[in-house]
Amino acid sequence: MSKMTAAQYKTKIEPVWCPGCGDFGVLNALCNSLSARDVDPKNTVFVSGIGCSGRLPPYVKSYGFHTVHGRVLPIATGIKVANPDLTVVAVGGDGDAFAIGGGHIPHMSRRNPSIVYIVMDNGTYGLTKGQASPTGPLGMKTAASPYGTIEPPLNPIAMALAYDISFVARAYSGKNKELEALITRAMNHRGFSLIDVISPCITFYNTYKDLPPQLAAIPETHDVKDRSKAFELALKEDKIYLGLFYENDRPTFEERIRGVVDQSESSGIPRLDEIFLDFA
Amino acid sequence: MSDYVFRFGGEGGEGVISTGELFTTACARSGLEIYTFRSYPAEIKGGHAMIQVRVADKNILLSRGDGVDVLLAFNKEAYDRHYKELKDGGVLVFDNTDFLPDEDTRTIKYPIPFNKIAMEEIGVRLTKNMVSLGSLSELFGVPQDKFKELIREKFGKKGEAVLEKNFKALEAGAKYVKENLKKQDKVQVQPTGRQPRLVLAGNEALSLGAIAAGLRVYAGYPITPASSILEFLAKELPKVGGVVIQTEDEIAALGVVLGSSFAGKKAMTATSGPGFSLMTEMLGLAVMAEFPAVIVNAQRAGPSTGMPTKMEQADLMMSIYAGHGEAPRVVLGLTSVEDCFYGMIRAFNIAETFQTPVIVLTDQGLAQREASLLKPDVLGIEVVDRKKPTAEEMAHYERFKITPDNISPMAVPGMPDAFYSATGIEHTEAGELNYEPANHNKMMNKRYQKLQGVLKLPWIVKTYGLEKPEVAVIGWGSGEGVIREAVDIANKEGLKVGALHPKILWPFPSEIINKYLAQGVKRVIVPELNFSGQFATLLKAHLANGNRNIDVISMAKGGGIPWTPSEIVNKIKEASKIHV
Repeated sequence: MSKMTAAQYKTKIEPVWCPGCGDFGVLNALCNSLSARDVDPKNTVFVSGIGCSGRLPPYVKSYGFHTVHGRVLPIATGIKVANPDLTVVAVGGDGDAFAIGGGHIPHMSRRNPSIVYIVMDNGTYGLTKGQASPTGPLGMKTAASPYGTIEPPLNPIAMALAYDISFVARAYSGKNKELEALITRAMNHRGFSLIDVISPCITFYNTYKDLPPQLAAIPETHDVKDRSKAFELALKEDKIYLGLFYENDRPTFEERIRGVVDQSESSGIPRLDEIFLDFA
Repeated sequence: MSDYVFRFGGEGGEGVISTGELFTTACARSGLEIYTFRSYPAEIKGGHAMIQVRVADKNILLSRGDGVDVLLAFNKEAYDRHYKELKDGGVLVFDNTDFLPDEDTRTIKYPIPFNKIAMEEIGVRLTKNMVSLGSLSELFGVPQDKFKELIREKFGKKGEAVLEKNFKALEAGAKYVKENLKKQDKVQVQPTGRQPRLVLAGNEALSLGAIAAGLRVYAGYPITPASSILEFLAKELPKVGGVVIQTEDEIAALGVVLGSSFAGKKAMTATSGPGFSLMTEMLGLAVMAEFPAVIVNAQRAGPSTGMPTKMEQADLMMSIYAGHGEAPRVVLGLTSVEDCFYGMIRAFNIAETFQTPVIVLTDQGLAQREASLLKPDVLGIEVVDRKKPTAEEMAHYERFKITPDNISPMAVPGMPDAFYSATGIEHTEAGELNYEPANHNKMMNKRYQKLQGVLKLPWIVKTYGLEKPEVAVIGWGSGEGVIREAVDIANKEGLKVGALHPKILWPFPSEIINKYLAQGVKRVIVPELNFSGQFATLLKAHLANGNRNIDVISMAKGGGIPWTPSEIVNKIKEASKIHV
């Protein structure tokens, strides 16, 4: 079968997103990357949480699972351990990832399954009409924070680095080529990868004008194996760096699980009869 | 016929429990049936520890029994706590180097200086446990060889010297009895010549049942009294190529289960009340996305942290209704250690057949008690897998297609052309999101109707005792054995009583229960270990018009300790009197 084009990876379902939503850029980059890597749709699963970005799975020709708010990562883990041959891509927003679902992230790092996690980060809860999210700036005025928010934002990259996630990157949905390249690189990565994609909400928190001047590519000289340097870049207050901050090659969860099975002297054949002997 | 309750009491951490366990296994290997009951100190170290084992040579052993026939008291506290439960004419075996009991003629007393023998003849204080087993063997007829066999298996790796010490202690205990005591009681637990029995705790049988049913992914978070399932499977499941994940919380545990089920594997989690509370949102997703999943809830006394080491049957309503919206699911109640094994196979088969979450209710008492079991015929186990789409169905795949039995073929990733997106949002038959009221009603109906098939299964209730009783006892879950025993006793006394025990708790087996009641039942006793009488409430709500004159007597007890047969017999007598 000839290679599928990016367009062929898109289904006929019309996205619910507002015209101009940053998530369109993410969908495009994703499909370009799938086409470039010649990914087999039948062995690919998109898993999502709740939010505008969580609606993505049915827009891609593949298997999909639109789950509940904040739980995309454990569910994606279940899929990966059940069938390690599947390409598993988790997607969701910043509320899904860093507010309700934040507790799962460190454990993804500990396990390091080969799952790509794309966070479409817009600093707001678009689906519930514009409340501040954990990455919205301090003082952000919304219907739920009429006097301005009083909680400073999280720094997702610094947090991911602190958790020692084995692939940490940031992208901007408006820079499609770079985003595509990062997604492709994450898909090739052994282990868990997190890409924080700044993906503006045109309706409730439009940053299309303010953002670009602050964006800068990570210097080409940056050594992606240097976690301390990666922290330095992540903590810069005057610039928002885009690109790959950190990559680390270590055993994946699937490999370690295989190791446990081997250690238990599995014959691969159920041997219930033998287990019963322990209780005789 | 012999049928005796032995109780062992002493200081926690001093080997009381393992002494009781060795005694239990020796009896099971002698072909006797056993049934244990234990209470742990709340503390990790120290405190009072107790294990009791009922030993009998009859086939069905139903409950922990009433009272105690033989009390082995290692210290004064054990005597103080348990002596009042020792039956008149029962046997007190005690360490007279530790304490002396009050003088009375109510029981037969055998003083044996366990500590002294251990110190003077063996030189190791803790061998007093072996000394005590030697004495029991001499007093009651359990062959010393069975103990030696077990000691060799347990301590063989520690070398001959250790083995010798233990054997010597065993022999010293027996010798002391032979030389110093005259047997005055009639208790005998001799080998039956029958096939040796396995000894399994409820949670062990349950875990084995899950493996037999085809479990391949287990995810769980440590919680009393379900942790032993996580621990058992962590050791055994990899041996069949399976995966065990200790997750960061119970939400993640059910998440891993649903992900694995979506990807085509049989998956389960086990928890107790607090963890189950956390799972409710994910439970609704499983119903909506129609995924097979098995969730074990080993109930403990609640609410909140409650009493982690005490049993209760108080999560019935929660299991049926947990979650927002209306999310039909299947709830099963495990009834005995044996049922823990076979019930789990049924749970997985239902989950796969009906593409539904199945909540399996056990409890702290059943989880930890041990019973004897004949080795199941592994090859004879029928295991069911979910309905998969045919090539033709895949070509026009509709994940939630409405079929005559409302069960849709379920594709898994890897299948060509059967692409679909599972979702918790209301959807059409094709899986497209849809918010139209008519579609919602149609899909709600599908999700409810498909579970009606569960009620057609042949084993959903079990009846016992008189076939057409005037007084019926309808309990659920781990109360089955004790209810049967009470019914036996009451039948022998001429009372017109029978029992019905549902194994399926939801969907509620109304039709079959109403049919049973319509045969002439006048009163129903509902014994259950919760405060408010949850099953009784359900039963009242489901009485058919013709049965509405039947008295439903709720016998609810929320105290953390299982029923004894006499408690239920007394209630049966009371209920029988009222309408005579």
